Amino acid sequence: MIGRLFQRWVGDPSLFLAVLAMTAFGVAMIYSAGVLNIPSPITEGAWIRQGQWAVIALVSFTIIRLIGPRWFEWVAVPAYVVSVLLLVLTLIVGTGSGTAAGVKSFLDLGFMRFQPSEFAKLATILALARYLGSRTEDPANVRALVFPAVIVGVPLALVILQPDLGTALAFVGILFAALFWAGTPIGMMALLLSPGISLVLSYDPRIWAASFVFLIGALYLYRYRLFLVESLSVILANLVAGTISTPLWNSLAQYQRNRILVYLDPSVDPRGAGYHVIQSMVAIGSGGPTGKGFTAGTQKRFDFLPEQHTDFIFSVIGEELGYLGTILTLSLFAFILYRLVKMAEGEADPFAGLVIFGIFGAWLVHIFVNIGMTVGMVPVTGIPLPFVSYGGTFLLMSWVAVAVAAKLAGEE
Amino acid sequence: MRLVHPHTRRRRATGALGIVTIVLGALAIQFFRVQMLQSNDYMLQSESNRLRPLPVAAPRGTIFDRNDRVIADNVPGYVIYVLRESRESTRETLERLKPYLALSDEVIESLMVRYQRWEPLVVEIDADFEVVSVLEERREDFPGIVIETRPKRRYISGNAVSHVLGYVNEITVEELAEPRFSEYEPGVLIGKVGIERQYEERLQGRRGVRYLEVDALGRIVGSLQGIEEDPGQPGEDIRLTLDLDLMEWIHSIFPDSLAGAVVALDPVDGGVLALYSAPTFDPNAFVSGLTPEEWAVLEADPRKPLFNRSVMGLYPPGSTWKLAAAAIALDRGVVGPHEVMPEPCTGGFLHDGLYRRCWLAEGHGYLDLAGAIANSCNVYFYQLGMKIGLDAMLEAGTRIGFAEQCGIDLPQESRGIFPAGRDFWRREFGYDPQEGEVLNLAIGQGPNSQTPLKMAQFYLALARNGSAPTPHLIENPDPTERWRLNVSSESIEVLREGLRGVTAPGGTAVLGTALEHWEVIGKTGTSQNAQDSLRAHAWFAGMAGPWGGEPEIVVVALVEFGESGSGVAAPLVAKTADFYLRRKHGMPPPDSIQTLGEHYRAGRPAPWARRADEAEPSSGEAEPFLNDR
Repeated sequence: MIGRLFQRWVGDPSLFLAVLAMTAFGVAMIYSAGVLNIPSPITEGAWIRQGQWAVIALVSFTIIRLIGPRWFEWVAVPAYVVSVLLLVLTLIVGTGSGTAAGVKSFLDLGFMRFQPSEFAKLATILALARYLGSRTEDPANVRALVFPAVIVGVPLALVILQPDLGTALAFVGILFAALFWAGTPIGMMALLLSPGISLVLSYDPRIWAASFVFLIGALYLYRYRLFLVESLSVILANLVAGTISTPLWNSLAQYQRNRILVYLDPSVDPRGAGYHVIQSMVAIGSGGPTGKGFTAGTQKRFDFLPEQHTDFIFSVIGEELGYLGTILTLSLFAFILYRLVKMAEGEADPFAGLVIFGIFGAWLVHIFVNIGMTVGMVPVTGIPLPFVSYGGTFLLMSWVAVAVAAKLAGEE
Repeated sequence: MRLVHPHTRRRRATGALGIVTIVLGALAIQFFRVQMLQSNDYMLQSESNRLRPLPVAAPRGTIFDRNDRVIADNVPGYVIYVLRESRESTRETLERLKPYLALSDEVIESLMVRYQRWEPLVVEIDADFEVVSVLEERREDFPGIVIETRPKRRYISGNAVSHVLGYVNEITVEELAEPRFSEYEPGVLIGKVGIERQYEERLQGRRGVRYLEVDALGRIVGSLQGIEEDPGQPGEDIRLTLDLDLMEWIHSIFPDSLAGAVVALDPVDGGVLALYSAPTFDPNAFVSGLTPEEWAVLEADPRKPLFNRSVMGLYPPGSTWKLAAAAIALDRGVVGPHEVMPEPCTGGFLHDGLYRRCWLAEGHGYLDLAGAIANSCNVYFYQLGMKIGLDAMLEAGTRIGFAEQCGIDLPQESRGIFPAGRDFWRREFGYDPQEGEVLNLAIGQGPNSQTPLKMAQFYLALARNGSAPTPHLIENPDPTERWRLNVSSESIEVLREGLRGVTAPGGTAVLGTALEHWEVIGKTGTSQNAQDSLRAHAWFAGMAGPWGGEPEIVVVALVEFGESGSGVAAPLVAKTADFYLRRKHGMPPPDSIQTLGEHYRAGRPAPWARRADEAEPSSGEAEPFLNDR
């Protein structure tokens, strides 16, 4: 009886329990991140605030569980429009936050501060699912990819302007995950991605030329699936991307350039931009197999870790809980992602599957980029770890996403 | 859409799970590398990350005198550092410390110049215990301050040994740039002058290190006990040939109002028994750091208390140099030991149309060499100089080393001034010297200036049958014979006979030098100088030992503007020798009444005093104006 009531409330019990465990773990690690030898007002009470947000998130979760599933499909387009407007508004009147004071990511509502880009992610997932789910054919040619690219591209561009590179990457994850689930061939997605690759590779003309030859070859292989105009537009996009890369590089803020340079070699400037990565790797590496113990991390205690309760929370996990803690955390994330995939697999409704996959894509990017940057695998971008990093809006929206996924998956 | 087909969905789900496996697997592999394979490296880094090394000063080597009395040692002192993350916060801490350490704005500015991120900044090298306890009580009010006990240098008889010993103080920016101190770090105390400077590397020892735990902003969290602490290596102890008691004695007998120097050498090996310069200063004051005002007072003092006259001061040697002229003449064989000069002393001597007077207006008559030394007869030495000749005199004087340093183991020593050839006059004065210059040189005037130490080295040769080693302060140096007078021991005996006449009953310096137990022989000198034409510098250079024995101490005293060699300088020499020899021969130390003159003045009988007829007869009681031209 209680078991059925519980299932009615949470939808998919194993996903709910995994996410709940991850949230509790997050609060605990935020508490630990606040245990410093010289206490800081920023981190000290953060775990309490995160706990309060978790309660709000659970209430929101419960409310959304009460909403009918068709309602999500209906609300997709208005929510998308509102979120784009909010992103525009953020660019005009937005504020920064704490350590990221220079960017415009937050809307200050007086009683609380709210990150429209988090809301926009879910709205974009819904809108994209709505569009792709309503198509009768697989989006298997370049023309069919244009509109989905625009749906994601608008909020993505607005987020980049804040600038918030991390969240922008999450939008890319959403687009490709949804396209993948909708049946776009991998090769086609590679073509979609190719201008971005050109952008990066053009720092060395020889490598770029080689990739260009590869691209032409790929287009030749795909010649029966593509119209000539499509091939030409892909080539043109690559040419443009390769050409604008230098002016684009020059237009980047110094800290953004530094982050990319430091990714390539963290020791270039150990007290400057590379400092964060090196200190994070020292923390994680010194954790060893079993860690220094909960709250006992010295790198953390002595304040050597940057943003240790938000973006670099995983450095604290690695230092204090060691490789064991790393593997357990990664396993729990793997389980959450596995549950999402399985939910989508069991869902015949295209809209539901696409929404769940969009969430999957966003989280996969968050998890990989956030954890990867703490060990120097990816450049440092301000991107939080789902359910673990301190941050109210992100925690709330992640739980809303779980509720939506569970609701959609639970309906036949 | 074909999503409805379960088979298609399963295929795509499998693909998605493959991507998840690859992505999370890549993370797991990277974390395995960092946390399992490279963990030791990172663990080491995380240790050193939070530790800031703080230097632990090693105690400086103790300096002993020849009798194992401590001249310089160490006592516990307190040093205050500021260790902060930024220039602004360092300044803020300094401002808070201002009333406690009496820091002036200028001092704070000069400290800020030396500020370096992550380096402990030495604020006070010698804090009072009271100040330290106040600061320790209110530790929270002073973020970033570190109070360390550090051995503090102490000079037992500071004033008596100030010049020869020198002092220590914090290394300066300029010194840090020198190659000699390339391995030194800021904040180190190093010897600035004297022995402390000369044997700096031996005395210094090796600094240790201990670690403070700090956070990323450099805020001190605590002191780490136990691990990796390195106490350093104490400096090497050194033993000097100095006799600290003798230095203290000289300091007590040297007239307070006068400036000058006393040098005492051991004839056995040239070891320096005493090297005293007056006026003195207290080196202990330098250890705590002089304020700019205190420094300015010392610098501006017209008596120049910081100037080490014993090795730096250059003075015309006057009649004390007549022995050099006599030795050169004997060496060259231009005069026999008992030969008289063609012209008798009639109170003066005409040469080249210039009449030069002897100090005794009635004249000395015919004298042999010993008699001429005993009476300091200028007319004899004028003729001696002519017999030697200017070129030979210049050559021989230079060969003996009157244009060189002695090479004593001190960082600074003046080079004697003596012409190597005739071009000296052309270079310095712009004219060719007449042959008659040799007359001036023969009586110790002319372009001839020597340090008290140099004259002591020359008399050391007279006390040692003609050879003189390099005077040295450190015990057991490599033996070096600097030069040798090429005269027979019979000739040395003639020279000493002359010196004996000076101090014998009836000699010019008998009152100032006659002692109960010891025979003092020596030569007075009263040298005119450019600074004060009326008040000449007073010299006495001599040696002393048991009656009928070899000299056991060579002493030279110079008193600036002392006017009378026999009256002022000679008693200093005799009293110095008396103190040293009494102690050496196990007698009780002297009271202040030592010389015959002092006995007479104190009304104390001196039954030991020899009568005039016991010694060589000579005339004259004083020599107020020895030389003129």
